[in-house]
Amino acid sequence: MIRTLPNSPAYTLGFKFYVILYFSFLFAPLLVTCILAFNDSQFPALPWKGFTLDWFFANEPDRVGIFHDQINLTSIWVSARVAFFVTILSTLVGTCGAFLFEQEEFRFKQALYFLMITPLVIPGVILGISILIFSNTLGVFFEESLGLDVRLFGPGFWLVVLGQFSFISTLVTLIVSARLKKFDRTLEEAALNLGANRFEVIWHITLKFLSPAIISGAAIAFLMSFENFNTTLFLVGPEATLPINLYLQVRDGSTPVINAISFLLIVCTSTVAVINLTLSRKQR
Amino acid sequence: MRLPRNHPIPWTLVCFLTPVILWLFLLIVLPHIDLLLMSLRREDATGATSWSIANYLLFFKEPIYWLTFVRTAIYSIIVTFLTFVIALPVAFYITKVAAFRFQGFLTMLLLLPFWVSELVRVYGWMILLRESGIVNHFLLRFGILERPVEMLYNDATMVMGLVYTSMLFMVIPLISVLENLDDSLIEAAYDLGGTMWSIVFRIIIPHAVPGIVAGSIVVFMLTLGNYLTPNLLGGKNSLWFTEQIYNQFIASFNWNQGSAFGFLLLVLSSLVVWAGLKLSGQKLSRVMK
Repeated sequence: MIRTLPNSPAYTLGFKFYVILYFSFLFAPLLVTCILAFNDSQFPALPWKGFTLDWFFANEPDRVGIFHDQINLTSIWVSARVAFFVTILSTLVGTCGAFLFEQEEFRFKQALYFLMITPLVIPGVILGISILIFSNTLGVFFEESLGLDVRLFGPGFWLVVLGQFSFISTLVTLIVSARLKKFDRTLEEAALNLGANRFEVIWHITLKFLSPAIISGAAIAFLMSFENFNTTLFLVGPEATLPINLYLQVRDGSTPVINAISFLLIVCTSTVAVINLTLSRKQR
Repeated sequence: MRLPRNHPIPWTLVCFLTPVILWLFLLIVLPHIDLLLMSLRREDATGATSWSIANYLLFFKEPIYWLTFVRTAIYSIIVTFLTFVIALPVAFYITKVAAFRFQGFLTMLLLLPFWVSELVRVYGWMILLRESGIVNHFLLRFGILERPVEMLYNDATMVMGLVYTSMLFMVIPLISVLENLDDSLIEAAYDLGGTMWSIVFRIIIPHAVPGIVAGSIVVFMLTLGNYLTPNLLGGKNSLWFTEQIYNQFIASFNWNQGSAFGFLLLVLSSLVVWAGLKLSGQKLSRVMK
């Protein structure tokens, strides 16, 4: 059954085979996508027609590589900007949340904690439509009562940022809380005894201790935002983010340019993920 | 709240509480109340709105709507169950069977694909399975098939895609509960003559219940609310309920009807989360750790 018990060869071999099968299942679609980004063919399919970097660098009438594909480049830039603001906002608010739930005492703390968790169990599509409806209600209200036409309330860049922020903050709160739980509070008491005020203690001592978790939370927030689809789908305006833009292309047929973008995404996210995992392992 | 005169204002509490309250009330509580209100209104031909439960009545009157709803729920349960059955041996292998030095590496390998956008993963499956895809290419070459078969756009592929997409959220909680399972329990059972199946059903699974509940809740919720995978792998026949919501919002521009659908989906997902927690006697805040 387990390491310490005698196992029949059939059991060990069978189990190994199952696990190998499982990992092939996990990686097959990603590997195939990456390999076909380098196939010298007009379609992302076999047969193999030779190695090429055209889908990255070419700029010919029948072949436009990703680095010359204005629509896709624009959407990458939109996604990067969205992810930047989501990361800043959710890291700030998530860290506040961690301090609030770990170090402060107040009435209805349990209820508020429950409320803070809920975004994780609300389907992303529902988050998207309810934020869309609410901002529309606010927009109508401001227009009718104050005569202001506030662009901010329509679908578009800032609504996407807010929609993603609404659930990514929960993740950051949980990540930072997990580290704050391990914090030795006598360090704070010592600093207070030595004449620091509460804010100085937080700034010089607690935040220093939390910084690995905050960085890791920010990295996760950036990735989650960069690839979010469900919530964004309903809030997006004329500026499509990368996943929305890719979805529209995949739905209507595909070119190896999509493979090239996927390849870049896989390489970048894996790098960030591996760095993040290695760092968080070292922490422990 | 009136504070006694000599009681200082708790500035740190105020600083931490304000952003969190703003976030939760402006982006979670109020929008969902608005969703409910929106679903209870109806626009007539002149554009005037009035209170009505017509949106919900229409849901029950039109078989296409409630059938899609039931279908989505049943498929989500199937997906959750399949994910569990596939993930349990993997989690067990990594925590109890694999050599210690491979554990960290295997866990990292397990996590990697899920950092990549869901869209890229689904796209990978499309390249593999479509009529001109890789799988067909090899089946033809080895003479197993005479002509290519379209493997996309059916329920089996859709379920497979959904299982694939949500796998991580089952494996990770299972790994973390099995890490805490004392090996000596299994050794004792083995010494006392327990068979493999009795060990699985009477020791491993009962011990893993917290992880199973946590994983199942997240997988069910994500599957129920998934739009991308059913839409791209299931095609036009996928009949997933999120597509009905999308159609009402974007295609028909009937926000009232769409809100009613959205609210029903939210109720279903909350009910299942609640039932899962009640059945296993756990708290949401502990499960989500």
